[in-house]
Amino acid sequence: MSFSQELKPSKQTETADFERLPAMTEETLADSQEIAQEVRIPNSLGLHARPAMQLVDLANRFDAHLRIAKGKQLVDAKSIMQVMTLAATQGTMLTISAIGSDAPQAIDAMAKLIAEGFGEE
Amino acid sequence: MKLSEIFTYDGLVPELCAGTCEGVIRELLEVLAKADRINRQDRQQILQALIDRESNGSTGFGKGVAVPHCQHCAVKKTALAIGRSTAGLDFKALDKAPVYSVLLLLSPADDQDRHLQAMELIFRHLQRASFRKALRQAHTPEAIRELFAGIEAFEAD
Repeated sequence: MSFSQELKPSKQTETADFERLPAMTEETLADSQEIAQEVRIPNSLGLHARPAMQLVDLANRFDAHLRIAKGKQLVDAKSIMQVMTLAATQGTMLTISAIGSDAPQAIDAMAKLIAEGFGEE
Repeated sequence: MKLSEIFTYDGLVPELCAGTCEGVIRELLEVLAKADRINRQDRQQILQALIDRESNGSTGFGKGVAVPHCQHCAVKKTALAIGRSTAGLDFKALDKAPVYSVLLLLSPADDQDRHLQAMELIFRHLQRASFRKALRQAHTPEAIRELFAGIEAFEAD
């Protein structure tokens, strides 16, 4: 799957700014394997701004490249602007994917935060 | 949902006077009250809800924009008001940078899906540097409406 193609909204002449997404070189891609996990949004308010910020804060503590997918939509988990566009309501299935040395820890931590409903009902 | 639908007619403060987050929110609520999107007597309650939200974590999401928001039972219809600051505001933004555009979003209390859709709509556009720049350059409500109409015409293509 190509990063740039998946991240680009379909009907736009320009790309959104992805300066926060570090450049993926051939080398780093070859070195590591992407792992992924599905999670369901459990809390009644869904992934609104406060949980989105919690999630982005957590993602930024890891070196791994972290992305979240909702269906065909794929966003950089370290960008609040992008995570806010998921509009994930209660019950929505998201797929977290990670590449990098601490990818398993990152996925575990993020999946746990989501599964616990961000401390909400 | 479209930006042109939720943007309140004349819902622009071309130059915010207040220097604080609370003052800015007050100015934007005044615009929404003038436009009859909220009742004057509900203003204080809504202001408090917005301030409570800010104290849980700034809605200055970075890149010079802030999106204070809340869902409130006194709000009948999703409403967006926009304020500009040429000098830049201290909104305690995540990236600690000044905020030049404030987008205040009010949603009814009973429709969580619609609130998330409105946030998605706003952030989908705010991600783009050209949109943020256009917002900063729009000095009149007409210019904002033209900006939104242009985007929507392009998207409908």
